[in-house]
Amino acid sequence: MKNFNYIQFLFDYGTLIVLVGLCFLFSYVTIEEQSPASTTSAELLAKVIKKDLTENNNIIVLARQGSEGKKFAEILTKKLIQYGINVHQTIVGQPVDARKALINFGTSGSKLHGIAADKHMASFAGSNIGKISETFPNLSQTIIFQPNSYNWPNFLKRENLLNVMKQISVVAIIAIGMTMIIITAGIDLSVGSLIALSGVITALAIQSLGGDSPTMWHLWLGSIAGALVCGIIGTLTGGLVTIFRIPAFIATLGIMFIAKGLAFIFSESAPIPIANEAFGWLGRGRTFFGLPNSVILMLTLFFLAHILMNRTSIGRYIYAVGGNPEAARLSGVPVKWVLVFVYTLTGLLAGLGGVMEASLHITGDPKSGDLVELKVIAAVVVGGTSLAGGQGRIFGTLIGAFIIAVINNGMNLTGIESHMQKVIYGSVILIAVLIDQLKIHLMKLKKY
Amino acid sequence: MPNTDAASKIPLLRMRGIRKSFPGVKALKGVDLTLYHGEVLALLGENGAGKSTLIKILGGAHQPDEGVIEINNQPANVSTPQASQASGIGIIYQEFNLIPFLSVRENIFLGQEPKFISLIQKTKEEIIAKKLFDRIGIKIPIDTECNALSVAHQQIVEIAKTLAQDARIIVMDEPSAALSPRETKGLFKVIKELKSQGIGIIYISHRLDEIFKISDRITFLRDGKYIDTLKTKEISRNKVIELMVGRSIKNEFPKRNTNIGETRLKVSELSQGKRVQKVSFEIKSGEVVGLTGLVGAGRTETARLLFGAETKDSGDIELDGKLLSIKNPRDAIQQNICLLTEDRKSQGLILTQTIRENFSLPNLLQFCSWGFIQKKDESEALSFYVDQIKMKITSTEQMANTLSGGNQQKVVLSKWLQRNAEVIIFDEPTRGIDVGAKYEIYQLINQLTKKGKAILMISSELPEILGMSDRVLVMNEGHITGEIQNPSNATQEDVMRLATKSKPTSA
Repeated sequence: MKNFNYIQFLFDYGTLIVLVGLCFLFSYVTIEEQSPASTTSAELLAKVIKKDLTENNNIIVLARQGSEGKKFAEILTKKLIQYGINVHQTIVGQPVDARKALINFGTSGSKLHGIAADKHMASFAGSNIGKISETFPNLSQTIIFQPNSYNWPNFLKRENLLNVMKQISVVAIIAIGMTMIIITAGIDLSVGSLIALSGVITALAIQSLGGDSPTMWHLWLGSIAGALVCGIIGTLTGGLVTIFRIPAFIATLGIMFIAKGLAFIFSESAPIPIANEAFGWLGRGRTFFGLPNSVILMLTLFFLAHILMNRTSIGRYIYAVGGNPEAARLSGVPVKWVLVFVYTLTGLLAGLGGVMEASLHITGDPKSGDLVELKVIAAVVVGGTSLAGGQGRIFGTLIGAFIIAVINNGMNLTGIESHMQKVIYGSVILIAVLIDQLKIHLMKLKKY
Repeated sequence: MPNTDAASKIPLLRMRGIRKSFPGVKALKGVDLTLYHGEVLALLGENGAGKSTLIKILGGAHQPDEGVIEINNQPANVSTPQASQASGIGIIYQEFNLIPFLSVRENIFLGQEPKFISLIQKTKEEIIAKKLFDRIGIKIPIDTECNALSVAHQQIVEIAKTLAQDARIIVMDEPSAALSPRETKGLFKVIKELKSQGIGIIYISHRLDEIFKISDRITFLRDGKYIDTLKTKEISRNKVIELMVGRSIKNEFPKRNTNIGETRLKVSELSQGKRVQKVSFEIKSGEVVGLTGLVGAGRTETARLLFGAETKDSGDIELDGKLLSIKNPRDAIQQNICLLTEDRKSQGLILTQTIRENFSLPNLLQFCSWGFIQKKDESEALSFYVDQIKMKITSTEQMANTLSGGNQQKVVLSKWLQRNAEVIIFDEPTRGIDVGAKYEIYQLINQLTKKGKAILMISSELPEILGMSDRVLVMNEGHITGEIQNPSNATQEDVMRLATKSKPTSA
């Protein structure tokens, strides 16, 4: 029994291996010397300085411009003052500013015992101090202090990983619905266009409701309108597929063009700005634990979808309809309703994706969402869902989406140029699916 | 007629000591088979006895682990399907391998078209095809698309295809499964014709009547082991069953002691186009009503209308005096009518789902609490039936497609038992099921009658219809053409007379 579950797990989440492999690969190739400018490194550096210098020694703190540098300098200065070291000046800025400060100090004639700097400023100071000290000998014995550097993959930095997840969140969220549709042996090509339509409608609704200064209420209503319109279009698609028996590929191809056209018509082909920065909350905000809101939304929706598919009757029905629609119907499954449900849900999720995209740019752009449908389908297929229907796992899709995101991110980090990226991207999709096929083959052998 | 007593002759095909293991399973444990020119050898055994594995080895789909295969005393190469064909072996599987939108001629020569400088020689094909059909003795228009042909004719095309490949050994796997009795007769004519041309035929079927009619000798397999080969003329039906099952079954149809009660299901003038016309009948509590007729008589269609799988034009359905409104299967199920379809694989089961999931599909609401499915409840309910109807499964999490026909039928049955349906329609309940499992299905039907259920049993197998039913309805051309009140005293001829009668006596 235990053995069986293990194989089943591999079968369901076989592509996990691909994802882990990719992560290792990109971690390895992006290992680089890291020069931290964090709070902890500032504290550590202060301790080192305390050991090497004595009280009332003169020191200048240098850090590069930016919030990171500012914080680094602040903490370092505070600590050094605590230790009784005389911080003559704290500079957060460009190398030019640093040079000025050093020359200024030089004219004062008193001895400078040390410079505490982040990596960039330290290397600047290192290469310039010699020259300056020719003019001002009081700088000739200055020691330059900088935080210890260490090797760490750029890929594995917290910020980068969060970025990977944030960038794929729209695709992944829509892929939830797409997984369900593909499990019913259907397909939906319209989701990319729905992103654009939803964004445009949201922006237009906010504009017409709130004018130049929309309130929170207007933002909410606009977003709901955008998502809802796409949900209704999804219901329509479901109707075309069930009542009129139009193949899903064709029905959604039609909807794809119609929705894209409408997005351009409604927006008069121009992006529509949203006149309230608060709208960026969903796409840009980080409300909880420093995690992007879009990532939290994505993970929550995946969790809910997993429960829906595995613990509720509608989920069971979706698998049944995909596995054998006739047998499902003869077992009393409301096949048509199930199909309408999955297309409606996917429409809604695409609408939500459109709102997220608009929120990210605080603009409703008719050009957004291009080719997203293919990325979404790729995520689902790479995640192990069979296009023949009846089989597939929601978390498989999440893994599929991560694989796609990791490839994109990894190639950007390693500086592979964009056309080559496409070639590699396609190849990895094929490899992931091949591995999955191999798994199925092995499963069949085991079954005997 | 050729000389069937051919022991002195060189055997056409000899398989000796064939062994084959799959990971975890020994499918064949040393099987022998000898086939002579111009004879029909029946291969008998329960499902899982190893018949299909043996045939797949002969057809080159599997490689034996051990054993010798000789054709005309020469070692034969059956390492691939192509090599097997080249050795003169033609296999006609239960599911045909015809391409529906290609013509009969194109199908016959698919993959071996007579060519001249890479152009297909159509006229040559036509001439050969005509000759083939002459040999078979049945005329089929060679330019018809295959999907326009009846199942019986498609089978003839399959036979022609094997002959075009110059087959001397033809294996037929359940060839009569989808044929009406009349069509089966036609098939037997063809088989006799082929015999007279010296072709050896291996015939696999579960229908003992046919085996007795057509075969010269019978080879018995059980649990992957070779049991015996006997001359058909020299053994009795009971002996055949005993050799197959490994124990003696006294009666093919178990006795039933139930009191037939009040009318439960009443169907009045059910109609749909020409396929079902003014069909009326009643089923009483605890009664098994048999429904039979030739293929296309409207039996399955009647069942599908009752179940709401198709929409009726007119007619009323009453259960216990209450008029039912049935627009789709969901309505029928909610009103306690259920249908065990003829084709389990395409209509009864979701093969990509587990036994548990199939079992609970129509019963999900029973297993939900607060909207969530309780897998534990599902498994508990299912394990009750696993014991009660003796499902042979390793786990309830097994995929439905790993089960044998009899067990698949039991899974379908279990879901309706859990539903506690009052009217149960069995459409060909024992098709493709071996003798042992058949007996168990019959016993189950009897158990249901004890609970006062109303049962409609559709079957083409006349012994089964006569042996199991309390009353038999016979259909032809969409009408009920007659009723047999006392089936145990009726003969198969009585049924056939009604089945071919065109004017309805009751309308």
